[in-house]
Amino acid sequence: MESNNITSGQLKPRRVLRRTIGGFVYGLFLLSVCVGIVGLLALLYEVLTTGLPWLNWQFITDYPSRHPEEAGLFSALMGTVWLMAMTAIFTVPVGVGAAIYLEEYAPRNLFTRIIEINVANLAGVPSIVYGLLGLALFVTWFELGRSILAGSMTLSLLVLPIVILASREAIRAVPDSYRQAAYAMGADQWQVIKGVVLPSALPGILTGTILAMSRAIGEAAPVIAISALVYLTFIPSHPMERFTVLPIQIYNWVARPQDEFRGLAAAGIIVLLVILLSMNAIAVFLRNKYQIRSEE
Amino acid sequence: MGVNSNNVMTGRTSPRRRKSAHFEGAIVKWIFFGCATLSILTTVAILVTLIYQASSFFFEVSLWEFLTGTRWTPILKPRAYGVLPLVSGTLLVTLIAAAVALPIGLMTAIFLSEYAPDKIRRIIKPILEILAGIPTVVYGYFALTFVTPLLQGIFDNLIIFNALSAGLVMGVMIIPMVSSLSEDAMMSVPRSLREAAYALGATRYEVSLRVIVPAALSGIIAAFILALSRAIGETMLVTIAAGATPRMSFDPMESIQTMTAYIVQLSLGEAPVGSLEYNTIFAVGLLLFFMTFVMNLLGFWVVRRFREVY
Repeated sequence: MESNNITSGQLKPRRVLRRTIGGFVYGLFLLSVCVGIVGLLALLYEVLTTGLPWLNWQFITDYPSRHPEEAGLFSALMGTVWLMAMTAIFTVPVGVGAAIYLEEYAPRNLFTRIIEINVANLAGVPSIVYGLLGLALFVTWFELGRSILAGSMTLSLLVLPIVILASREAIRAVPDSYRQAAYAMGADQWQVIKGVVLPSALPGILTGTILAMSRAIGEAAPVIAISALVYLTFIPSHPMERFTVLPIQIYNWVARPQDEFRGLAAAGIIVLLVILLSMNAIAVFLRNKYQIRSEE
Repeated sequence: MGVNSNNVMTGRTSPRRRKSAHFEGAIVKWIFFGCATLSILTTVAILVTLIYQASSFFFEVSLWEFLTGTRWTPILKPRAYGVLPLVSGTLLVTLIAAAVALPIGLMTAIFLSEYAPDKIRRIIKPILEILAGIPTVVYGYFALTFVTPLLQGIFDNLIIFNALSAGLVMGVMIIPMVSSLSEDAMMSVPRSLREAAYALGATRYEVSLRVIVPAALSGIIAAFILALSRAIGETMLVTIAAGATPRMSFDPMESIQTMTAYIVQLSLGEAPVGSLEYNTIFAVGLLLFFMTFVMNLLGFWVVRRFREVY
């Protein structure tokens, strides 16, 4: 290497090397992004090719059966509707209430910190542990039995942290000037919350709630702990009855060795995914609509 | 609001109305306080119910036997209550998942944060969100009916329920969790650090690997820990695809059983309330809760303790 040309002499060859490494690394990153996408595509392909031949109107309106050609998921579908409706009734008021308290009322003290850490921690507790809680607390001690009521209370506790976190974010996004304007008109704190904060935060709260419910709809483990595996040929008519839900019915079919039941499972998965995707679409739609309005 | 505007218009404020509004506000505040406290009650209830139910198990089986025993046959005779086979099954699947999800999730995050133009980000991020939103029972189906037959074409000795397939699919499942949390951490590294590195002549991958990743390391490690904790608690996927054979083995070709899968297996059978088998699920659940609880706390602690402040 020439001593009078140190810089360019040392850097030039390495620049080529570094560019090569850079290109290689870029390829590696690109490849890793593809893993997730390829995984999703393979999953959808497998489910659609196996499930579509089994999917028809009769599949949706029939009860489970030993004979695959006659089997359907009507009781599971109705169980899911029951469970979700009741879970929403329990979760939304409590979750929004907790969010309002934490955002609007809570003093900055140790107790508030504990609540906040606790909510974050609850979001990380495995769902099957909530199932055990529900089994011991609601099914046995409260003597609710293996009922829709016990199941929905369990799921409420499971998704409560999600609703609280989403609602807090929505409430925090309401500009302070709104609150100050309302106070200037002579409103007290509750009137400000009721009349100004909640209406402005509503779309965000709604979006978070829908996303939380779409998490709850796919949960099988805690519901199995509550309901066990039941073979239902009736639709529950009140909250104290036994029930089954879509993910459990799907599990039931997957666990059987015969190919026909695999097909039924895939068809059930298509139904479940369609419900999930439409819920997500509604959430995205609400979010976009809300964003446009706030920009005006 | 309605009450107030009325008052302003008439220029009169009824003291009784103001008092009742004040009263309503105070009650409402306490109701909201109750809602917030419910989250603490939930944690307490989890601890109390698990410990209470597990204690009747530990009256009959010593804690030592539970934690150090290497055979788990609570339903079949001769009965044995050593939880280690379930723990090793859980760790095996988690390790396989980690081997997939941690590198791929991290590289995905670097790509999204440092390389991808906005247009591509807007396509990839929703795809990852969909991946994260798919119910785990669906992943179980995918592992059993698609990945396992595929792997059986490569490995002759792979049996139908195995840890490998469940672990690989679980890895794909937690990629979005690793990538989105790590990406958040990288996005919050200030622009000035990137620009300084580029100004010194660093290439894009040098900036990414030597500046951004070290600066965001606490967030990335927290993402790893939280994703692993999620993998340990994951239930339906392993119940469907990994089998129901508690085994002290780290052979991924074999059928194993995780802690979560055992709880589901016993729940399906409707064991009589109060029996020893019934209480085993609470003992296993308590152990599971502690493992994930410690990992979650560790994750939060890492973020708080090692965060680089700019």
